[in-house]
Amino acid sequence: MEWLSEFGAIAAMQGFNGLSVFCVLLLMALGLAIIFGQMGVINMAHGEFLTIGAYTTYVVSVLTEQYAPFFGPYYFFLAIVLSFFIAGAIGWLAEWAMISKLYQRPLDTLLATWGLSLVMQQAFRSIFGAREVSATLPEWLMGSWNPTEAIDIPRNGLFVMGLTVLMTGMIFLMLYRSRWGLQVRATVQNRVMSRAVGINTKKVDRMTFALGCGVAGVAGAAFTTIGSTGPTAGSLYIVDTFLVVVFGGASSLLGTIASAFSIAQAQSLMEFFMSGSMAKVFTLSAVILILMLRPQGLFSIKVRK
Amino acid sequence: MNPTLDKFLGGKQGAIGLAVLATLILVVFPLALDAFRLNMVGKYLTYAFVAVGLVLCWGYGGILSLGQGVFFGLGGYCMAMFLKLEASDPESTKIQSTPGIPDFMDWNQITELPMLWQPFHSFGFTLLAVIAVPVILALVIGVAMFKRRVGDVYFSIVTQAIALILTVLIIGQQGLTGGVNGITDLKTLMGWDIRDDSSKMILYFINAFLLFGCILIGRFILASKLGRLLMAMRDKEERVRFSGYDVASFKIFVFCVAAAFSAIGGAMFALQVGFMSPSFVGIVPSIEMVIFAAVGGRMSLLGAVYGALLVNYGKTYFSETFPELWLYLMGGLFIAVVMYFPNGLAGLWESHGRKWLGKLARKPAAPATPAPVAEAPVASSQPRELETTP
Repeated sequence: MEWLSEFGAIAAMQGFNGLSVFCVLLLMALGLAIIFGQMGVINMAHGEFLTIGAYTTYVVSVLTEQYAPFFGPYYFFLAIVLSFFIAGAIGWLAEWAMISKLYQRPLDTLLATWGLSLVMQQAFRSIFGAREVSATLPEWLMGSWNPTEAIDIPRNGLFVMGLTVLMTGMIFLMLYRSRWGLQVRATVQNRVMSRAVGINTKKVDRMTFALGCGVAGVAGAAFTTIGSTGPTAGSLYIVDTFLVVVFGGASSLLGTIASAFSIAQAQSLMEFFMSGSMAKVFTLSAVILILMLRPQGLFSIKVRK
Repeated sequence: MNPTLDKFLGGKQGAIGLAVLATLILVVFPLALDAFRLNMVGKYLTYAFVAVGLVLCWGYGGILSLGQGVFFGLGGYCMAMFLKLEASDPESTKIQSTPGIPDFMDWNQITELPMLWQPFHSFGFTLLAVIAVPVILALVIGVAMFKRRVGDVYFSIVTQAIALILTVLIIGQQGLTGGVNGITDLKTLMGWDIRDDSSKMILYFINAFLLFGCILIGRFILASKLGRLLMAMRDKEERVRFSGYDVASFKIFVFCVAAAFSAIGGAMFALQVGFMSPSFVGIVPSIEMVIFAAVGGRMSLLGAVYGALLVNYGKTYFSETFPELWLYLMGGLFIAVVMYFPNGLAGLWESHGRKWLGKLARKPAAPATPAPVAEAPVASSQPRELETTP
């Protein structure tokens, strides 16, 4: 029976590993699912909004350490809230200055936001330096949780998982159970009609974009518990994130969750058998092959265009 | 004029524009620049191949491919594999534990030349592969995506993902591809040393002539009925489909042509620069190639060449003198071009430059003022401008 419990422990930890990757992907994809899925805007600078959140957390952590060490254990919650609002505010500005002028030309938004991402990356480099930084984690996030002798589950992973569930729930409520969400969905389905029935679509767009960026900021804050932050940290994930959203079916939140789950599990399962890079190649290729067979993604709503 | 010739040259203005560019590339640069700088211009011109391809498939066809680096890279790697095999003959690699195979394979404990590399002993096969491999890939992607009517945006994202996959694959398969460093130390082409100044000069001219060949082919495509159809598809795809045209096939064709152009550029890059690495394949270089076309003017084949030259010159200059500033500039350029000058340099020339030249000449010679960056007449009658001011 010895080997069975050992096998169970490995399976549990491997499963947790996959869940961890899933949460990371989902957190990143949530903001994009709102921006790309709902508004149809291709925000290539999404990764940089994530980096904003990560740097915000870092700054809050450094400031706490210097001026208010007693606040140390709790600073992280403040950092999450601040990340949300700072990333959201910058997103609001970007929408106002740039994206609102490009709604008629989706491909051009892609290029313009890529330019924005270059500028933001260099700005991070100028402000924080090219070296990677990391926030000091409060004690309750470090170490791991051992339900049995053999199972070892890191606490930061659990925290990220909890945060993911919370964010997903909140976004679901906002999109599908609130007045604002109704307006967003109406605007997505038929902009002209929405305007005709009195929805201020411009305002809705701006708020939606800001919210998506804010969620990216929260994701960035969550990342500081897992890895360190560099100027290009966010841009490394942008393609994976887009694939998650596209694979899930652009305008379906459920689809995004399902696709993040399947991509993450496939990736971590294959990593068990081959090198990480080959696992990534196979996962991405599989996603593309499926997209070629089913271009609308896993879940799609039927909209008359 | 002979009508076929006219199609290639794009009328009087097109011919003048071509002549100006030809003088610049074939006469002015070789005379004014030293061997090192000329080789650098040659390198920039290899990117112009990609930009010219992008004008065809993005500017006219409306297909924004963010994976042109893939085709550039595949063309380059095919050529580099041939050159590498020649550079690693048993004589010069006798210190390795397995002589006669490329050095990076030896470092990765590979003792036999992999099957994939075997055919690249033949130059004829290599030349074929430079074009065929990228075109077949483009064909597969194109058939899969366009026949199923995948939207523009999705296509861009999928091509970008393909660029990512290929980069990860090349870096991961170190023994087969040389990994991050790529294929380096390319020395001779069929016994001919490609590293000394005179052969670099010859390669520069071969490169330039191939580029003009591509531009002329592009012009021919745009001046023919196909070019009209491409534009019609870009602006109202459904109407073209309802008129009975097979929209997908035209898109696939123009995407394959763009891939072939990029591949030629890649092969010439490997020849002139002497190495090939995954840093020319991935997402960032692929998007940079789009910006060459955007800066030059997405509707102008000649503009794309100017765009590639200018942006690359700027990149070299600024990253040497003000490395901090370069990314700000590049990003700002991206945003400015997309938001305010969607037709790039060529568009600016059309709207301002020509008027200015007319004033300069005092005697405005009515419509037929010489126009270096001017494109075939179809370009000027474009409704693109309308879209920029909503």
